[in-house]
Amino acid sequence: MLDLIIPSVMTMMTAATPLIFAATGELVCEKSGVLNLGVEGMMLIGAVFGFIGATVTGDPYMGLIVGAFSGIMASLIFAILTLLLVSNQVATGLALTIFGTGLSALVGANYVGETIDRIRPLYVPNSADGPSVAQLFFGHDPMVYLGLLVLLACAGFLSRSRWGMILRAVGDSDQSAHAIGYPVIQIRFAAVAFGGLMAGIGGAYLSLAYTPLWAENMSAGRGWIALALVVFASWRPIRVLFGAILFGGITIVQLNAQAIGLGIPGAIMSMLPYVATILVLVLISSNAMRVRLNAPACLGQPFRPER
Amino acid sequence: MKSLNRVAIALLAALLSFGASTSASADKTKVGFIYIGPPGDHGWTYAHDQARLEIEKELGDQVETTFVEGVPEGPDAERAIAKLAQTGHKLIFTTSFGYMEPTLKVAKRFPDVKFEHATGYKRADNVSTYSARFYEGRYVQGVIAGKVSKSGVIGYIASFPIPEVVRGINAFMLGAHTQNPNIKVKVVWVYSWYDPGKEADAAKVLMDQGADIITQHTDSTAALQAAADRGIHAFGQASDMIQFAPKTQLTAIIDAWGPYYVARTKALLDGSWKSQDTWDGMGEGMVVMAPFTNMDGDVAALAQKTYDDLRTGKLHAFSGPINDQSGKQVVAAGAVADDGMLAGMNFYIEGIDGELPK
Repeated sequence: MLDLIIPSVMTMMTAATPLIFAATGELVCEKSGVLNLGVEGMMLIGAVFGFIGATVTGDPYMGLIVGAFSGIMASLIFAILTLLLVSNQVATGLALTIFGTGLSALVGANYVGETIDRIRPLYVPNSADGPSVAQLFFGHDPMVYLGLLVLLACAGFLSRSRWGMILRAVGDSDQSAHAIGYPVIQIRFAAVAFGGLMAGIGGAYLSLAYTPLWAENMSAGRGWIALALVVFASWRPIRVLFGAILFGGITIVQLNAQAIGLGIPGAIMSMLPYVATILVLVLISSNAMRVRLNAPACLGQPFRPER
Repeated sequence: MKSLNRVAIALLAALLSFGASTSASADKTKVGFIYIGPPGDHGWTYAHDQARLEIEKELGDQVETTFVEGVPEGPDAERAIAKLAQTGHKLIFTTSFGYMEPTLKVAKRFPDVKFEHATGYKRADNVSTYSARFYEGRYVQGVIAGKVSKSGVIGYIASFPIPEVVRGINAFMLGAHTQNPNIKVKVVWVYSWYDPGKEADAAKVLMDQGADIITQHTDSTAALQAAADRGIHAFGQASDMIQFAPKTQLTAIIDAWGPYYVARTKALLDGSWKSQDTWDGMGEGMVVMAPFTNMDGDVAALAQKTYDDLRTGKLHAFSGPINDQSGKQVVAAGAVADDGMLAGMNFYIEGIDGELPK
């Protein structure tokens, strides 16, 4: 049994990692009061440019940097439109998703079928020994560890640092923060850019490590799952970790169940991750008071300084 | 009101002249293709695209080809096929099973356009169907897998539980059983023809569960690459995928559509095109095996012999006695499964554990 559990957990962690990146970035963005629905588009842009970067330079880590940078650029389009030109955040976010999906397909068309050297795990055990606990802790590729690190850093930043508190203040009451003298627009810009950075890295992880190839729409809805995860987690970073593992885990578990031959129809098992997400969202939203308490009060509202 | 009239007349004139100019340039016959994935999948769609290029190479002076890629099987397919029919294409190849109903619907609306539907079973006066006996290739793969597998577990990534896929699984296992009667197969259904992420996940899960040979009925290279990462041998699908797994691909089934496509285009050009059903296999050269690599000499020799026997007709993949999962004999000893049983195959053979999804 152990030699099924350890590889399954490892596969679960790799499935959860793009979600951890994208959801953490979106969480910081939403904490500052900006609702960026363009996560799916930014992930795809990160994936395609990351892949192109790796193909052109021959180094997947270079590709990762390119992918991260392209994610920031994509989010800046959104930031300029919603923060400077005060456009509707929901509509602009959706437009960014559609734009990202189309742009990535166009740019990536010539790179379908290319192969790259993928990001490799740091510690590769002797395959003859079989799965071991050491492999479970040290055998992941570097991005898995980075994702966990970023998540913990964000948790610490938001709850304990001064700028984290200011960010939350901007998200909860932008007029008050402005009155005290904090640069609301700049802070939100930074938060949106961070969200883009994380989504770009999450997308680049898909095309550089998860399946080292480019295929149109390869994020397959993970951006939307990441958005749901932020709500699922009541805007608390540690809960994002649980949600991402749950979602990644269910995906892997259903494939495992099929392979074992449990006889549950595959179509139902494919539905499970999404059904689980909806169930948890319903449960969490059932207590309307709690949702109101945790959501940033100014989420989605444009900031127009009164004085 | 006067200026509106002028604008309307100008628009009308522009439209008419545009229409005239497009019809004037239609000297070459147009042939259209609907692909389910991108040619870059280096699998199913890549093989069709290679065949399309063969048409251009041989008949490029009389024919120009267009393709639309990534068309989902569903209502959108009808729109895409109709668009090709409306823009002057006289022969349209719809290269996936799920395009069956959309193709028939559009064919009714455009009776003078000819349609070729891959792997389907419904025809009309202007709709032909064609398929290849991929199962013969699966049999060869099964023989190789049976001999090479040490763990005795095959990992099979399947797409949809349609007869073509079930046939492939059965043929594979029939071949494998000739080498190892106790070999087992684990099947994962991903319910998609092309989803690299899911295919890679399925491959990882199957390997976690002890499979040491991976084979697939899905279109991308992701599963092969995921297996190569762990040094697990696998088979390419629909095209030679050796460049993606140089050290672990054993062989691949190559769909050689080129000669058929060129022949049908020629038939369209000289007016002899008629609706028909084609189901060719190794004997006619429609199914070709990629070179046998990454295996011992004796395995390669066995594979080559099996391939040759299937090609010359000395061996049939589904030759009796064959029992289904319940133990009932479906093909008697000395007989072979007829095309009717093969086309509608919806049962597993004996020796495959697990239930076939409905």
